Amino acid sequence: MKQTKNILIVGVGGQGVLLASELLSAVAVEAGLDAKKSEVHGMAQRGGVVSSHVRIGEKVYSPLIPKGEADVILAFEEAEALRWSFFLKPKGTMVVNQYKLVPPIASMKGFDYPQDPVKSIQTKIDRTVLVDAEQIARELGNIRLVNTILLGVVSRFLDIDEAVWKKVIRERVPKGTETLNIEAFSRGRRIS
Amino acid sequence: MTKKKNGTGNKTGAAMKTILSGNEAVARGCYEYGIHVATAYPGTPSTEILENAARYPEIYCEWSPNEKVAFEVAMGATFEGARTLVAMKHVGLNVAADPFMSMSLIGAPGGFIVVSADDPGMHSSQNEQDNRYYAKFAGYPCLEPSDSQEAKDFVGVGLDISVDYDVPVLLRMTTRVCHSKTAVKLGKRRETQVKGFQRDPQKFVVLPSHGRIRHPWAVERLRKLAALSENTPMNRVEKGSSQIGIITHGVTYQYVKEVMPDASIFKLGMSYPLPVGKIKAFADSVDRLFVVEELEPFIEEQIKAAGIACEGKIFWSNLGELNPERVEQGLVEAGVLRQEAKKQTAPSEKVIPRPPIFCPGCPHRGLYYALRKLKARVTTDIGCYTLGVLPPLESGDTCVEMGASIGVAVGMAKARGNGKGIVATIGDSTFLHSGMTGLLNAVNDKAGITVVIADNRITAMTGGQHHPGTGESLMGPGGFKADLAKICQALGAVRIKVVDPYRLQETLDTLKQEMENDELSVIITNRPCALFPPENRKRVRMKPFQVDLEKCIGCHTCLRVSCPAISESHETTEKGLTKSHIDPVLCTGCSVCAQVCPVQAIIPTE
Repeated sequence: MKQTKNILIVGVGGQGVLLASELLSAVAVEAGLDAKKSEVHGMAQRGGVVSSHVRIGEKVYSPLIPKGEADVILAFEEAEALRWSFFLKPKGTMVVNQYKLVPPIASMKGFDYPQDPVKSIQTKIDRTVLVDAEQIARELGNIRLVNTILLGVVSRFLDIDEAVWKKVIRERVPKGTETLNIEAFSRGRRIS
Repeated sequence: MTKKKNGTGNKTGAAMKTILSGNEAVARGCYEYGIHVATAYPGTPSTEILENAARYPEIYCEWSPNEKVAFEVAMGATFEGARTLVAMKHVGLNVAADPFMSMSLIGAPGGFIVVSADDPGMHSSQNEQDNRYYAKFAGYPCLEPSDSQEAKDFVGVGLDISVDYDVPVLLRMTTRVCHSKTAVKLGKRRETQVKGFQRDPQKFVVLPSHGRIRHPWAVERLRKLAALSENTPMNRVEKGSSQIGIITHGVTYQYVKEVMPDASIFKLGMSYPLPVGKIKAFADSVDRLFVVEELEPFIEEQIKAAGIACEGKIFWSNLGELNPERVEQGLVEAGVLRQEAKKQTAPSEKVIPRPPIFCPGCPHRGLYYALRKLKARVTTDIGCYTLGVLPPLESGDTCVEMGASIGVAVGMAKARGNGKGIVATIGDSTFLHSGMTGLLNAVNDKAGITVVIADNRITAMTGGQHHPGTGESLMGPGGFKADLAKICQALGAVRIKVVDPYRLQETLDTLKQEMENDELSVIITNRPCALFPPENRKRVRMKPFQVDLEKCIGCHTCLRVSCPAISESHETTEKGLTKSHIDPVLCTGCSVCAQVCPVQAIIPTE
């Protein structure tokens, strides 16, 4: 990987954004690359906006992705995809999990959840990949696989050997769920 | 934490590379460089340092009740000759400022690191004070790591400096360094002996007569540290173009490398005392000199005072966190870089905010709903419950710093002539941190205020740390479990009541009664946090509630208790009002929403 790849993972507190970026950075280090990952925890314990910057390359300096420089954005939630779309490179790819989480504040005057976030994203961004990860996870019989499926989708955009991904996933997922997670990863990796 | 486990990464795996956050790396540094004692009071962004250090059985770790006590315990350990570290967030150092300053004339015989985790951008703090000034104030070296590897290494280098120069060392981190994960090479633990206390009253007893002898010693120590600063590899020049020279520090170094890899860079790992001679030579080697530093012009002011011309704050203001874009923008304004053509990126969008709110089942919900209903004047404090100030609960009028709620309420009552309707709300951890003396004073002042201790039996805001009221410590179970009612009684409070915040009417009646009289009273709420410790998540769970759509009139009263489990459904009333929906997975069955529903449409699930 000659050029540094920037991956921004976004979602809502409690969705597993930080776990996903943790695994992604571990894969990069396992592949012998330099990796930096940055996020801020504290106030966004539950239900707040969460974003995690991951940068992978031969030598990475800044842990932060500059605006408009993300090669890939992985959004765990539709409105969050819209919120962070300005971070994407002109020819970057937006991976959107088709899932809506409407915050309680939407019931107050002046706060509306976007009408059709996916449609707005598609009109703004050429390269959008839609994933109904929850549906796939259900098919596989475990709703907690959403995370691994989405990483599978993202893996296609990074020049890292599939075997490395699988090794790290096997090491990091709960015991007994290894095979299921590998299957979930492969399902995600096949999505285009 | 019940059992001590191996810490971050492989315990003995020498030369193994892994990815750690800055905080995990400091904890790893504690292990590798032979720290014996580590103390802290939790505070974002510093909390994970002790959480991770506690995983190494070789290190005695404790959550102290506040930063001053944490500092004093650590100070005692280093007096005994132990290698010691104390960690806190930037404003925590204000609490510990007294021992921090007084220790200057004593020294740190065993080796002593003070970690100050500053929060540029105020991600989770009330201010963005720049604690490098504390190093200058006390005459201590200030080390600023720029990534996790340095965070770990600087613990070791700092300890050596501390022992060699008999001085506490300020390891100044920032949120971005604390919480970013970068590659770290692991090493083995370097074991050292605890030398034992050497009696020396002139050194360890701070009488004025002793201080007059010690002060010149401290001045001389600082002169020697300045000489060290000229030679340490922590302060290094990365030679590049002779046109532009940039002096930088901490994580800002990474942004500079990203934005201007060709410039000559002076990287300061030790930003106090400054290597003025080396900086002078660097300045002479370049045509134009910039100082790119986050927050205050700490480096710039000193360089200018030394008569060296440089530019800094006019291009990079002292507000907020820096990032690659801001570093680049400053260099564009300085005429060094050209403005890049506008990239064809998507415009930024204003999307519905997601402000943090009380969790489902949070015991604070009922309390702040009641306080709003009673239109109380609420002086509140630091913790999750500060969120009660946000809409729709909007209960809370002042919040300043840890423990301020009670003193502020007393002051208001004295200025006004009575304390009726004035309520100070404070959490259990904050009360034990610095609310007790405030209450003692309120008793002594005969202030007619109402003090509410929102006791959820954990330090929740920072992620669920134990304190002397929880019965557990960082070293495991078997901790002390302070009885808050007994403490209040011992402090002189007479009217002490315990209420269940899940019972709205009881909470309202008790608050109303105590607010109406002009006597000091204490109300303690008795429901535990719904989130921490994690075993509570099951423990607080009762039968979830549901909305009877036949009965719901779409009045949205339930939505005003601000619960993440309640939202608008797709069903509407005849008048077109949306009915409510309760997520059965999120709902813990606390029943507060059911109690506010005017038509009893919220009922338990079968």
